[in-house]
Amino acid sequence: MLGNKRKSVVIQTEGLSFTFGNQQVVKSVSLRVPDGSIFGFLGPNGAGKTTTIKLLLNLLHADSGSIHIFGQEIKANRIAVLGQIGSLIEQPAIYAHMTGRENLRNRALLLQLPHSRVEEMLALVHLKTAADKKAGRYSLGMKQRLGIALALLSDPQLLILDEPTNGLDPNGIIEIRQLLMKLVHEHGKTVFISSHLLGEIDKMATHVGIINNGEMLFQGSLEELEAMSKQLVQIEVGGNAAEAAAAITSKGHTVADVEQDTLFVDYLSKEQMGEINTLLNQKGYVVYSITKVQKDLENLFLDITQKAGA
Amino acid sequence: MKGFILSFKSEFYKSRKTLGFWAAILLPLLIVLLVFFGFWAHPDKTANLPGVILWMAYAGAISNVMGILLLPMYIIFIAYSVNSIEHKADTWKTLFSLPISKWSVYTAKYLYALFLVFLALLLFYLFTLGSGNLLAMINPKFKFHDYNINIFLGEEYLKLFLASLGILSIQFLLSLVWSDFLKPMGIGFIGTIAGIILVSTKNDYDYLLPYAHPLMALGSLIKHNNAPVIGIPVLEVDLFTKEIYVSLIVGAAIYIIGFFIVQKKSVK
Repeated sequence: MLGNKRKSVVIQTEGLSFTFGNQQVVKSVSLRVPDGSIFGFLGPNGAGKTTTIKLLLNLLHADSGSIHIFGQEIKANRIAVLGQIGSLIEQPAIYAHMTGRENLRNRALLLQLPHSRVEEMLALVHLKTAADKKAGRYSLGMKQRLGIALALLSDPQLLILDEPTNGLDPNGIIEIRQLLMKLVHEHGKTVFISSHLLGEIDKMATHVGIINNGEMLFQGSLEELEAMSKQLVQIEVGGNAAEAAAAITSKGHTVADVEQDTLFVDYLSKEQMGEINTLLNQKGYVVYSITKVQKDLENLFLDITQKAGA
Repeated sequence: MKGFILSFKSEFYKSRKTLGFWAAILLPLLIVLLVFFGFWAHPDKTANLPGVILWMAYAGAISNVMGILLLPMYIIFIAYSVNSIEHKADTWKTLFSLPISKWSVYTAKYLYALFLVFLALLLFYLFTLGSGNLLAMINPKFKFHDYNINIFLGEEYLKLFLASLGILSIQFLLSLVWSDFLKPMGIGFIGTIAGIILVSTKNDYDYLLPYAHPLMALGSLIKHNNAPVIGIPVLEVDLFTKEIYVSLIVGAAIYIIGFFIVQKKSVK
């Protein structure tokens, strides 16, 4: 039973499109979020992430396309579907005149949950000591943690979080990351998390979707994304790196990038590395190091989004 | 229905520490106390009046202040305060992503605003009766006990409540659309002043302006065929005058329009 469940898809959209005025902000997006995954939904600011999330939560209605969550069509089963989702959209929605505990109790009242659940959540996000302080006086990180506690309150199967680490310090980010990983690994939840920084989620995400200008550019597991990444030759040279790059280019090699005294050349073979080394030595450049590197995911992400924008 | 009850309870939970809620209690208390002390401090002016005239002077002092200016201003404030809780916290989208029907969420908020107006008017009624009787106990020269005004006064406040539905709906909608206080307040204030002018100049179409309704409701309070015969008026409320119908129709229509607006607005 569990084996079957693991393979199933929690969020599935087909050809999802949405237009604000005359600007199409979501273009035929087809998402597949597997059960038990941490799905990192990535894209620069304004790429259409928040709009997609609002479509998933039935806050906006798509011009065309369909959304199925837990196999149920969202419009026809709105209340049943939303009952299984905990969400945090943009900045956390918190009543500033109420304490942290009161914010949670108000939500517990709406969702008919016991007060004990409120206390559990306060402990989980380390807000016990600040529970009776007005939420308006919380720091940004505390507000964000309270927002996550609100999303988790009903113990939902699916968590949809829109940039939940915004405004958190590095410790806060690590805490949230550990919490989400625990929820997925120990409690079998599925997490759909958006971010404009790959570096924030590549340590926990199992799957990644990259969106830019409303279009899905990549979707798949983290391994698939890594496989797309090109191998490069990284060369540290003495002297003018730009001139050295020109010399290498003139011999038919492709220079991918130049950073101060370091060059990146598309990797072809070991022989090619030797050739470049010899060439640079002949031209009088000192080669301090020459090594094969994998392009990091952050650059890959930038590559994918920039190529699409060009 | 369950979603509505839960949402209504939540409205109370959210507002119970705000001025929006406490205004419903403090406003009647304050006005009644002022009039109470006014009468108590100067018994010579009003003591020894016949019961019915005394009650009219006492209850009228309270309800006239209300009907002319305070009730519309109070409604403007309540409509703002109920909506601004969500504007300030940016919680409309959260409310609409809960597993509760959107109608329930919206209706609970609308009816909660209505409830606060009702509560204030109910307290006006109870405080007026209570303080009048208290005055008679403190100083027997006040002949409040000679006349029983309970039913008449109850119907008067019921009429004021019905007359305020149109304004409440308009102000509710304005406060839904705009998150600041100045725009709904400004429009409401202009509407109220226009209402006073229309009614005082006896304009034929004054009943079409909801802001004129509370004032008109007080003016058309007593049935016309019950004109005083020998100086003592017969107090019988003419509840359903035409401005009350307009108020009810405007209230219902704007309640429905507001639902479609809040759906669009909430999710930008």
